[in-house]
Amino acid sequence: MTHLATYVRLLHRSEQSLADSLRVVGVGHAAEVDVFHTAHLLADWSDEHTRRLEPIAQRLTQASAAEEPQRMNHPPIKEIRDSAVGLLRDLQDLYLLAALVQTSWTVVEGAAEGARDRELTTVAQECSAQTARQLTWLRTRMKEAAPQALLVAT
Amino acid sequence: MTRSELPSADLDRVADLWGARTPHSKGSVWPARQDLRLEDGLQIDDVDHWVGSACVLCSNGCGCDIAVKDGRMVGVRGRVDDPVNHGRLGPKGLYGSTPWASSPDRLTRPMVRVAGRLVETDWETAMGRVVEVSRRLLEEKGPLSHGFYTSGQLFLEEYYALAVLGKAGLGTPHMDGNTRLCTATAAVAMKESFGSDGQPGSYTDIDSCDAIFLYGHNMAETQTVLWSRVLDRIEGEDPPIVVCVDPRRTPVAEAAERTGGVHLAPYPGTNLALLNGLQRELLQNGWIDEEWVAAHALGLEELRKVVDPYTPEKVAQICGVEADRVRRAAEVFGTTRDVLSTVLQGFYQSHQATAASVAVNNLHLLRGMIGRPGAGVLQMNGQPTAQNNRECGADGDLPAFRNWGNPEHVQQLATLWNVEVQQIPHWAPPTHAMQLFRYAEQGSIGFLWISATNPAVSMPESARIRKVLGGEQCFVVVQDLFLTETAQLADVVLPAAGWGEKTGTFTNVNRTVHLSDQAVAPPGEARSDLEIFQLYAREMGLTDKDGEPLLQWDGPEEVFEAWKECTRGRPCDYTGLTYQRLREGGIPWPASEQHPEGTDRLYTDHVFPTHTEQCETYGHDLATGGGVTEQEHRAIGANGRAFLKGSPYVPAHERPSPEFPLLYSTGRTVYQFHTRTKTGRARSLQQAAPDPWVELSAPDAERLGISEGDVVRVESPRGAIEVRARVGFVREGTVFAPFHYGSWDRDALSTTRQANELTMTVWDPVSKQPCFKTAACRVIRVRAGDGPSTAPTTAASRPVGALSPTRGGAATTSVTVPTPTYRLDPAGRAR
Repeated sequence: MTHLATYVRLLHRSEQSLADSLRVVGVGHAAEVDVFHTAHLLADWSDEHTRRLEPIAQRLTQASAAEEPQRMNHPPIKEIRDSAVGLLRDLQDLYLLAALVQTSWTVVEGAAEGARDRELTTVAQECSAQTARQLTWLRTRMKEAAPQALLVAT
Repeated sequence: MTRSELPSADLDRVADLWGARTPHSKGSVWPARQDLRLEDGLQIDDVDHWVGSACVLCSNGCGCDIAVKDGRMVGVRGRVDDPVNHGRLGPKGLYGSTPWASSPDRLTRPMVRVAGRLVETDWETAMGRVVEVSRRLLEEKGPLSHGFYTSGQLFLEEYYALAVLGKAGLGTPHMDGNTRLCTATAAVAMKESFGSDGQPGSYTDIDSCDAIFLYGHNMAETQTVLWSRVLDRIEGEDPPIVVCVDPRRTPVAEAAERTGGVHLAPYPGTNLALLNGLQRELLQNGWIDEEWVAAHALGLEELRKVVDPYTPEKVAQICGVEADRVRRAAEVFGTTRDVLSTVLQGFYQSHQATAASVAVNNLHLLRGMIGRPGAGVLQMNGQPTAQNNRECGADGDLPAFRNWGNPEHVQQLATLWNVEVQQIPHWAPPTHAMQLFRYAEQGSIGFLWISATNPAVSMPESARIRKVLGGEQCFVVVQDLFLTETAQLADVVLPAAGWGEKTGTFTNVNRTVHLSDQAVAPPGEARSDLEIFQLYAREMGLTDKDGEPLLQWDGPEEVFEAWKECTRGRPCDYTGLTYQRLREGGIPWPASEQHPEGTDRLYTDHVFPTHTEQCETYGHDLATGGGVTEQEHRAIGANGRAFLKGSPYVPAHERPSPEFPLLYSTGRTVYQFHTRTKTGRARSLQQAAPDPWVELSAPDAERLGISEGDVVRVESPRGAIEVRARVGFVREGTVFAPFHYGSWDRDALSTTRQANELTMTVWDPVSKQPCFKTAACRVIRVRAGDGPSTAPTTAASRPVGALSPTRGGAATTSVTVPTPTYRLDPAGRAR
């Protein structure tokens, strides 16, 4: 009995949660049109990750799932905060979710290699590279927004 | 040398867009021909004197002389010794260069808004108002409350003065030009591939290429003189094969078919899929220079993965282009010795602009086709001085292609300007125009200064822009030649001197610097933009850290000397240039003190400015715009090698739907420039293209029951226009509208004819250039017209049916003259 399945399932849920949250923030801050469009693009990436994880999660769960520990999930973003400062804070929340996804990929990739699970290793390598790009965009966008939001916006 | 012939007088350049052919063979010097236009009734002998300059009615940068009589500009002639145009001028330059200057509606006095109305006043009152608001906001909110939006039409000295004013004086990162709308992607594509802005190729590449690819570039209309250069090759021995990527059947597309090339008309918004397909074909067929790539580029394996899915069949499906045409285009690119590529708005203003334009660079890098005559890239500009806006940092970048993320570069500027390094905004990327207007919309920018541009007509989603400019949340200063649609919404309007009424330099697409001397006095109380910026700096008391006033230059030549110091050792080195030397003709940078003769093309040694210490940017993720960090860049270790960067195609932001089934794209006509500020006041040009129109394909028109000349209503989710229909040669499923037509020549602000009512607020993730080519729309017939539309019958807007041709331009003269020696021309040197 292993917890690799536990983490793959966590990752699956976290990617889903990240995708949903990106869309909530994108739609909520649609007046910032680049946020709207890029958030949707990044959400599509997470959707794709979820699709690639599904068969693996099924395989691992059937083979060797351990009982899942409590309080594994991080809640998705359900509503946005108004204003320029609110956008900044929402981007930070997305960053936290994406960081959970990325560190989960790190955890899973290591375990997958240990388990000689080539399929999962490849998926982990390819998807985590995209997660890194999601994080990069979030950091870039926060950096752009910060001075105006903190110093001038009302 | 060509023998002199008698002048051909009475040449109608409205009817004859490119003038007479002077064919020449591959590798020979493009023969000279001198074009001239004087006001009706004037002869050469009537001209008092001629003043050296270069044309500003497109981005080509043709050297010219301004004719002056009785203190008025009365005409222009091409400069035969100029390496850019060899004496030629295009219809816009010939007819449009001077009439505006003596137009009765020139602004001659400042205006301020009083009780809702703009009223004339004196400079003291107007500038007093500007300074009062500026001071108050600086005190209350600090420098981030200030934004500046300029142009691709000012002079180098004016951009540099503004950059110093904004960065060293006020300390605001909110500065951009309308270059964001036209040329930002050119700059960014070069930065991403080569590490820095700086045009790799030269116009002389046209003289020796074996194939020329024009990507979204209707050169025949946007740069008529450059197209003459191409036509003269096509008509000569060993003509180049032309390949055209354009959804309209332009003269370039016709040339492609004539020369055994191919016309690819991708569905708007799918350029990247097409380019990925071309790159894949090169890789699949081994049409790459493996050795060169290994030595001079990075990223081949990643690129291979990205483009691998784009088979010709997949490209055909996405782009609506036959697979065999994709194969043929790739074959031409892959198997021809010397290929020249040019890129313009069909890529820059479309979806995935940066990634598609970078892909063009990739094609050249894959074959090692860069840095030698005939094998080059021209990432074009849309405006005559756009290059200077980018160089000087009026687009928000740091001057002389410095990197805002490199502390050493920022320190260099702080030392040069004698200000604290913290004064210069460098904590985040500079604010691009679309974001700047968003801050103005929200009111966090409360002071917006607009010079020499007309966003009320030229920016996407006009209704929104009018609201931003006309609202109470932001104080708007406009300086211009006329009371434009934008000026009408301003709080303060400042009358500016135009081309020929002031002295300064500017640099064209292939890096050629021209000096434009003052020919006449500006009207009334109008002042040069440089003087206006200096006046503001003085009134504001902007100083360096020792309390010495900033912008304390005595005239433009002193600014130029200061700028030269700023460029020392940078890719755009101007230190070898002087006003005196430039009076003899245009010189392309870099022109250092060691090599003051200038440089025809860059990267002849295949070393690119990608060292971490040297580069203008550390680069971006082409899909998201996420920034590469300094550490990441250092780890990549490019060190002089260029980047091959790929990105997958994704569908455009707005796709056709049952409600809005057609795709709407804006563009240009050969007879008008921008929002017609100058061309609309030139009778020959205005008569040739007097009114807006929309172009429909014949099948779409038939389906919708629309005939040539019918009044139609074009609607998008954002707005609607009512104009007349031209049934023409645009791609089926696509509607084309020229963006030039606002309402300054109408009785009241009219919103029913302005193309940008329909466009959407959306921009490229890396270049931040707004997208004007992919809005969904529907077209409804309103009523029959009283005849055909007045759209030009020449060039890309020609009708399907037979109509009386567009003509009636005033008389011009054109004469073949002996071809002089052009110092940097590789063909000239070979002989």
